Amino acid sequence: MKSDARKSDAKRTKGETLLEIRDLKISGQSDDVWHEIVKGVDLTLKRGEVLGLIGESGAGKSTIGLAAMGFARPGCKITGGSIIFDGKDLRKASEEERRALRGSRIAYVAQSAAASFNPAHRIIDQTVETAVGHDVLDRGKAEADAKDLYTRLKLPNPATIGSRYPHQVSGGQLQRAMTAMAMSCRPDLIIFDEPTTALDVTTQVDVLAAMRDIVEQFNTAAIYITHDLAVVAQMAHRIMVLRHGKLIEEAPTREMLKSPKEAYTKTLWAVRSLAMPERTGKDVVLRVHDVDATYGGIVKVLENVTVQVPRGRTVAVVGESGSGKSTLARVITGLLPPRKGEVYFNGKPLPRALKDRDKDTLRRIQMIYQSADTALNPRQRVRDVIGRPLEFYLGLKGQERDRKVVELLEQIELSEDLIDRLPGELSGGQKQRICIARALAADPELIICDEVTSALDQIVQEGILKLLLKLQKETNVSYLFITHDIATVRAIADEIVVMYQGRVVQQGLKTEVLSPPHPPYTELLLSSVPEMDPDWLTRLLEKRQAKGKVSA
Amino acid sequence: MHPLLRTVLQRLGLGLITLFVVSLIIFSAIEFLPGDFAKAILGQAATPETVEAFQKEIGLDKPPVERYLNWIGGILQGDFGSSFSSRVGFRRTVLDIIAPRLWNTLFLAGITALVAVPLALGLGLMAALYRNSFFDRAINAATLTTISFPEFFVAYILMLFLAVQLRWFPSLSNVSADMPFFERLERSALPVLTLTLVIVAHMMRMTRAAIIGLLASPYIEMARLKGVSPGQVILRHALPNAWAPIANVVAFNLAYLVVGAVVVEVVFVYPGIGQAMVDAVRSRDIPVVQACALIFAVTYILLNLLADIISIATNPRLLHPR
Repeated sequence: MKSDARKSDAKRTKGETLLEIRDLKISGQSDDVWHEIVKGVDLTLKRGEVLGLIGESGAGKSTIGLAAMGFARPGCKITGGSIIFDGKDLRKASEEERRALRGSRIAYVAQSAAASFNPAHRIIDQTVETAVGHDVLDRGKAEADAKDLYTRLKLPNPATIGSRYPHQVSGGQLQRAMTAMAMSCRPDLIIFDEPTTALDVTTQVDVLAAMRDIVEQFNTAAIYITHDLAVVAQMAHRIMVLRHGKLIEEAPTREMLKSPKEAYTKTLWAVRSLAMPERTGKDVVLRVHDVDATYGGIVKVLENVTVQVPRGRTVAVVGESGSGKSTLARVITGLLPPRKGEVYFNGKPLPRALKDRDKDTLRRIQMIYQSADTALNPRQRVRDVIGRPLEFYLGLKGQERDRKVVELLEQIELSEDLIDRLPGELSGGQKQRICIARALAADPELIICDEVTSALDQIVQEGILKLLLKLQKETNVSYLFITHDIATVRAIADEIVVMYQGRVVQQGLKTEVLSPPHPPYTELLLSSVPEMDPDWLTRLLEKRQAKGKVSA
Repeated sequence: MHPLLRTVLQRLGLGLITLFVVSLIIFSAIEFLPGDFAKAILGQAATPETVEAFQKEIGLDKPPVERYLNWIGGILQGDFGSSFSSRVGFRRTVLDIIAPRLWNTLFLAGITALVAVPLALGLGLMAALYRNSFFDRAINAATLTTISFPEFFVAYILMLFLAVQLRWFPSLSNVSADMPFFERLERSALPVLTLTLVIVAHMMRMTRAAIIGLLASPYIEMARLKGVSPGQVILRHALPNAWAPIANVVAFNLAYLVVGAVVVEVVFVYPGIGQAMVDAVRSRDIPVVQACALIFAVTYILLNLLADIISIATNPRLLHPR
């Protein structure tokens, strides 16, 4: 059946034109100045075709996706070009005419379903809102149809899940419910805007499969926006690579994957090509021994966890959200004293609670967080952000302190001109580098990196990972690297710890963990990582169906 | 037990504790006031004997703790004690003095709330819907103007134009208990209007700000991308998530209608509880002052409790736990 769908690729790309965007120009406002953020993009979409838009943040993907609905976010305006949807120019249409199309003929699926569902209304009320509001169906029929869509999208308890509120269901389920919401009027076109980016890989597989399936069932055209080439390869018939608001390259999916032409397109593979050979280590810096941890004394989030980090090495902790990765970090740093077990540092047990640890112990363990945006005080200049630990831990003051700040900036490969910048005046990658410098300033023996590259673009990620490796070589610092991204693990880990529901399910050297045979959960996790092969998802689903899915 | 019910009971318990503390403060604050009330009331001509007799009559000779317990015990049974203006054979209970006044004040506050709250919410929603338009700016400027003038000034201006020149409404609002409803309403018109002008700005601006603060949320963008009309975006998608801050400001202003209306009452000679308290302070009628203070505290606590309950009840995370 799947191969039939593939055969129809040719038919789809030759069908009737549904959307035609010509020379689209969009300006965005920042600090009262208008900048052109989309610089003359052409885009053609046939009925039933799925087009992938790919590029890093700031490439203008979402902006173009929204423009296909005749919509510009506040602070943006469409300044030129035409957007012809089914013969009608959306730029010339009145707001009322555009509103009539939105939801009914062009629908949108947003990145974060948790934020895009209104917390005040039940899921079913929001699912049927479009169909009822646009007078497509009456309330009763719309509800019956919504339940049918829930079933098709393989949501659990499709008859009753709609009566729940958004916060009562999981992220993956919400994302599927949002797809049902988009489908409620059987639109001609759906814009998928990074719909699986916020999901775990294991959840992503199911959501991707459900979305691909339903788009095929109703022969809906779609624009699939993502920064992940491997994901878009599963979904799209054709791919457009964008950068800085311009088209870089466009080709049918298979062709694009087999032979990308532009140098920029090739860099989108960047992190995946980075693979450091593993090293073993004998001298143990940190040993977490048989730790249990609970929140509020009731919910057990860690159970019998034992983890070792050798000096000068990187131990990656992988697992989906809720597996206890970040809780482990909280236990090590003393933010959450364990219920049972000990944390040994350089062979000596650490006081359980943060407040009982002396300054020198605190200095030796530092942390870097996922979101540099929230981890930096927006009103502190780089000089103070990095200077503060120098003063606090090492007692450096005045010129001595400034000299060391400049030295650290050099170490993280940033210009010393940035020393008086505020975080808001730095790029995402620069901010994360500042966070690294702040951790480094304390001259630590262990740095806990909590998803430090997850929020960054591929190419920036690569830079950060290389920097971390370089710093490790220079200072012999150890990393406990928490991540859900297997590509990152391949790139920098020496050892891997796989966690699932608060337990360690496997640990060992990188090659051991990554090569079969795997324990069931590791197998599920590793097999869920999308590969640069347009048939990957199809094959995976067939294989899982044959075997019966691992009971996760 | 349902978590909502549990929270409500918790808040109610906290309210009672607050009330107890407030009653202690009220009682002791008056206890610490300098001077002897009996002497002050009897005046210069008082002999030690008459002072003692008077103190005995009104119970001032007993120790403070006993008096506090008597006072609180009485209130719990609905007896607020006797006014100091009572004489042998002619007992005036505090309740007799306060009850009709409290009813008048609640009437005035109730009518004002019925006018002002919907008006403020409506204007706030419209201002949010047409934000930065001429309408938005005009309504903001107008409400800011009315709140910027002292209340008595607004009151006299209204009296000058609407009562003296146009003769639409009576200038004095001396309502009485046996007055028919509509006459009472007509007499109260000017104080209602004055108080409305005083409180509308605050509530309207909060409504506008609470709604606009939500308009950047992803779910609002989602609603727009679903083709929901601008009015429905505000009413169906923003407002249900904005009740908590709005309810708090409304509660604060309603409490003000009961507690702070004294200036307006004086200007329009409206026989409300504010005036009763001022009179009692002047004549050192301590039981009446205490009762008024306690009623004001209850008003604040109850209205804030109500606002808290509304905040909780409109938050589905609390109302429908996982």
